[in-house]
Amino acid sequence: MELVAKARAGNRRALARLITLVEAGDAQAQTALAALYPYTGNAHIVGVTGAPGTGKSTLVTQLALHWRSLGRTVAVLAVDPTSPFSGGAILGDRIRMQSLGGDSGCYIRSMASRGSLGGLSRATGDAVKVLDAAGFDIVIVETVGAGQAEVEIAREAHSVVVVEVPGMGDDIQAIKAGILEIADVFVVNKADREGVERTVRQLQMMLHLGSGEHRDGWEPPIVQTVSNTGKNIAEAAAAVERHFEHLKSNNLLELRERERIEREWKMIMRERLLRQLLQRLEPQQYEHLLNQMAERQLDPYAAAKQAIETVLELS
Amino acid sequence: MERPIRVLVAKPGLDGHDRGAKVIARALRDAGMEVIYTGLQQTPQMIVEAALQEDVDCIGLSILSGAHMTLLPKITTMLRENDGADILVVAGGIISDEDALALRNDHGIAGIFGPGSSTHAIIDFIREHVQRSSVEG
Repeated sequence: MELVAKARAGNRRALARLITLVEAGDAQAQTALAALYPYTGNAHIVGVTGAPGTGKSTLVTQLALHWRSLGRTVAVLAVDPTSPFSGGAILGDRIRMQSLGGDSGCYIRSMASRGSLGGLSRATGDAVKVLDAAGFDIVIVETVGAGQAEVEIAREAHSVVVVEVPGMGDDIQAIKAGILEIADVFVVNKADREGVERTVRQLQMMLHLGSGEHRDGWEPPIVQTVSNTGKNIAEAAAAVERHFEHLKSNNLLELRERERIEREWKMIMRERLLRQLLQRLEPQQYEHLLNQMAERQLDPYAAAKQAIETVLELS
Repeated sequence: MERPIRVLVAKPGLDGHDRGAKVIARALRDAGMEVIYTGLQQTPQMIVEAALQEDVDCIGLSILSGAHMTLLPKITTMLRENDGADILVVAGGIISDEDALALRNDHGIAGIFGPGSSTHAIIDFIREHVQRSSVEG
């Protein structure tokens, strides 16, 4: 596919087109992904997530600038939610990323979540593949850590940075949010604000509340940053790199990749099987089963069993 | 499923009044479009770079500083030079009829919407004129 060759040769327009294409997820997208896939698996994928207003975009910008200064190429995928009512979205992360402009070693792409949970992780996963294949050393995926879908996306990264700020509710809020378990590095941003010691202490306590065993034998470090001024950005970047090295040196990277690929494969099979099943089910029977469930004559489990058995016997 | 229209909303130049741009961004979102909002004080280079990276179908420019005859043609010229001539460019702000005519006829600004324009008119114009080029290799 010519577009893939162009994107790999550094043509930014071709790269941008490819992302649009895989985001749409149609038959053309599959052709593109097939052509791209052999070139993937080289980038360090970094997920950055946290509540709105914690300074994620500014932190991402600073991290990207830092890595650029070390000569590494960086792509940023900034995911914002789609309005559930209109299907539109306002993607404003670029406002904070202006200092990354005018640099051919850096590429920023805004992405709207566009509906379903499965759809979002597929689209971002595929966009990451494009950026990986295009040869970026580091791909940063920024999501708002506010919903299950966003947390799932961050989980797909090699290294996950969870951003906290002082004064955002008590420690139980943090446990409830469910994003503590996925962190490989904690960044307490806006660390020039009051209450930072307390936030750090709470995080430390939280980390030691568990069984004492950390995932992959890695204890997430806590780095205090002030993104606005660039304070401790180098430390945060170093922590992320140390985590990646830890994964690589313990063969964990391979294992994580295998698990991720397996999840992805199963998700695709699930989607396809469902589509095929629905295609083969007679519309009358479909309606009939739906009506029976609506009238409470049949439960959804029994209806699913009937539908699957009918189709399997036909084929 | 038809993919949503992607629009870059930007303010070139030095004026600091972005209320209009924000109203438009919100209206376009409510019309089901994906709006990439880049904020104030954008140079033509920044706007063109963002538009190409984001693969937008349309650029909406808001300008109130009076520098539209300098900045807007720069943007469309740079787009042409960078293989982005298919991107629809519209502008809003304080632009005289005479300038509007010149921008439309000679500088590739497809639509110009002055004060009092309805958001519906802008939405309809974008929907009608945007080139939903199928992505090709």
